[in-house]
Amino acid sequence: MADANEEAWWAKTKGLMYICLAIWAVFGYIIHLFVGPLNNIVIFGFPLGFYMAAQGSLIVFVVLIFLYSYRQDAIDRAHGVAEED
Amino acid sequence: MATQQGGGSDFINNLGKIYGLYTGGFAAFVILLALLEQVGVPDQYLGFMFVGFTIVVYAMIGILSRTMQVSEYYVAGRTVPAFYNGMATAADWMSGASFLAMAGTLYLLGYDGLAFVLGWTGGYVLVAVLIAPYLRKFGAYTVPDFLAARFGGNLARFLGIIVLLAASFTYVVAQIRGTGLIAERFLGIPYDIGVFVGIAGILLCSMLGGMRAVTWTQVAQYIVLIVAYLLPVVIMSAQRTGVPIPQLMYGEALQAITSLEQSMVANGLAEAGTVKEHLQPYQTYDPVNFFALIFCLMIGTASLPHVLMRYFTTPSVREARRSVGWSLLFIFILYFTAPAYAAFGKWEVYENVIGKGLADLPEWVYIWGSAGKVKICGAAAASLEAVQQACAGKEVVGLADFSIAKDVVVMATPEIAGLPFVITGLVGAGGLAAALSTADGLLLAMANALSHDIYYKMLDPNAPTGRRLVMARIILFGVAILGAFTATLAPPDILKLVAWAFSLAAAGNFPALCLGIWWKRCTTQGAIAGMIAGFGVTLAYLIYTAAPPLGFANPPIFGIANISAGIFGLPVGFIVMILVSKMTPEPSAEMQKLVDDVRRPKGEVIAHGGAEAKQ
Repeated sequence: MADANEEAWWAKTKGLMYICLAIWAVFGYIIHLFVGPLNNIVIFGFPLGFYMAAQGSLIVFVVLIFLYSYRQDAIDRAHGVAEED
Repeated sequence: MATQQGGGSDFINNLGKIYGLYTGGFAAFVILLALLEQVGVPDQYLGFMFVGFTIVVYAMIGILSRTMQVSEYYVAGRTVPAFYNGMATAADWMSGASFLAMAGTLYLLGYDGLAFVLGWTGGYVLVAVLIAPYLRKFGAYTVPDFLAARFGGNLARFLGIIVLLAASFTYVVAQIRGTGLIAERFLGIPYDIGVFVGIAGILLCSMLGGMRAVTWTQVAQYIVLIVAYLLPVVIMSAQRTGVPIPQLMYGEALQAITSLEQSMVANGLAEAGTVKEHLQPYQTYDPVNFFALIFCLMIGTASLPHVLMRYFTTPSVREARRSVGWSLLFIFILYFTAPAYAAFGKWEVYENVIGKGLADLPEWVYIWGSAGKVKICGAAAASLEAVQQACAGKEVVGLADFSIAKDVVVMATPEIAGLPFVITGLVGAGGLAAALSTADGLLLAMANALSHDIYYKMLDPNAPTGRRLVMARIILFGVAILGAFTATLAPPDILKLVAWAFSLAAAGNFPALCLGIWWKRCTTQGAIAGMIAGFGVTLAYLIYTAAPPLGFANPPIFGIANISAGIFGLPVGFIVMILVSKMTPEPSAEMQKLVDDVRRPKGEVIAHGGAEAKQ
């Protein structure tokens, strides 16, 4: 396997990792810093700040992991480092 | 052996059918018990059948999954599909306390309790992105196995084992205690005997088949626990709001709670400033502690060996990644329901208990009062007379007069909703499944580290397969018995140590796992120094601040609560690891190649000389 190919693959893998961690940080922490103002928005009886901690961020985490696994698999395949099916 | 493997793949191909039948059978069993209740079978027999039947089924799965192959015993032959591994991980992860006490914590703390919901879910993003797929590729049997290969052998292995035992032992004692308490409640047998009944159930599930048996029982246990968790609150939601989707409908409960909170002060039921408003942040934790707790729980999740080892069992790296997604989805189903439980429970209490005359209390108050779980005016609300005596001179129940144990918010929901006892029995079976499945995973993680890492890798590397597997079982048995004795004999203070597990695991394991995979320049000396420093600082802070007899009760530094001690240990671990690595010569070309191989999904597993397939 060409080293250049492997380096490009690892650079993309790292890029994806940083993106995922950034989204994780936003929904794990940053958005909850704004719980006060968000609580002024009420949807179906849920103040938004409370909702984000009780459900919203959790939904983002679940979706994020599935998207990550599909995206990483696509990167692996494009560079020929994926496992055989 | 060939036929056994053929049988294995038949089994894998038919998983949908098998667990579909199992779920149908369980539903039929619940309906049967409901009918028996209608014809007058006493509650105690029903409880006995619930607990007995489910334990027998788990044990049967355990016995059917027996094996004499090393890779089957340690990693279920690496054949567990992502979806089912997700269920097993969810059961492994969600403890008896998650099942019974999480909703109660949210009831008591309101918004601040959501730190636990966030912390115990968000960590899976780190598991998926940073750690699990790479450990799967490496092909370890245990987490210390990877640390040894990456960081120069047995010293790193030994440190990994210390972290693993520190994070797992008190945790498993809490689970064993949970099984004993549930057996006591539903079988009416003394707690001490209940503990050993629970241990027998756990050993039957795990001893003969190791990881393989634990995997398939955990899937079965997940199905029981999630059905048991959802059913009562779904019915309650339908009764209260007309829609059986509590997770969407509890907004109504939140609004009702808020307006009742305000009217309580106006009606003289609570003094101004004493009402902990359910939706308002930072009434228990200050913002710094709220976020520090989320952080420690998340990193801890990504460092707990009994969770990480579940991803060693998938057929491929690709499936390991996807499996983390399934795990979190299955965990999410419970964790996004817990706040709904808390809200519906609080609505009931604020509407039908607080402000009511002593003679008008709902029936469930006395049912759980007799068990000492509901107190009014400081005394167990066992009967109307008991309440009247305790509240001498008072006409109505004020907010400060009422208190409820954390685990009752879930357990009392069937009675609050006026459901038959069979639903209470189902909740008990669910709590038992949650405690047993977590205990299975923890015991196996500890026993595997002792049998694979200490016995085989450090003491007797030439042991033949048969002897290794016999030793593995003897050690598993020994750890289980030690756990049971601790649960019956040790002072209850030991349960406080459970809260330490996350910070200790985070500071001890996370920097080494993370940098071991993502930073080739990390050296053996760096990793060892970092693990000792991170773990040591965390442990020191825990002991420095904990209440006696566990510690010295010193005032917290920067106001950081004991439970978030990892907030000090983690950065120390990372910094020491990086600095010492920079000061020591870079790892050999061979080691750097190993890191490359760990990162690249393609190719054979690396551990055990890649010889696993031939065993």
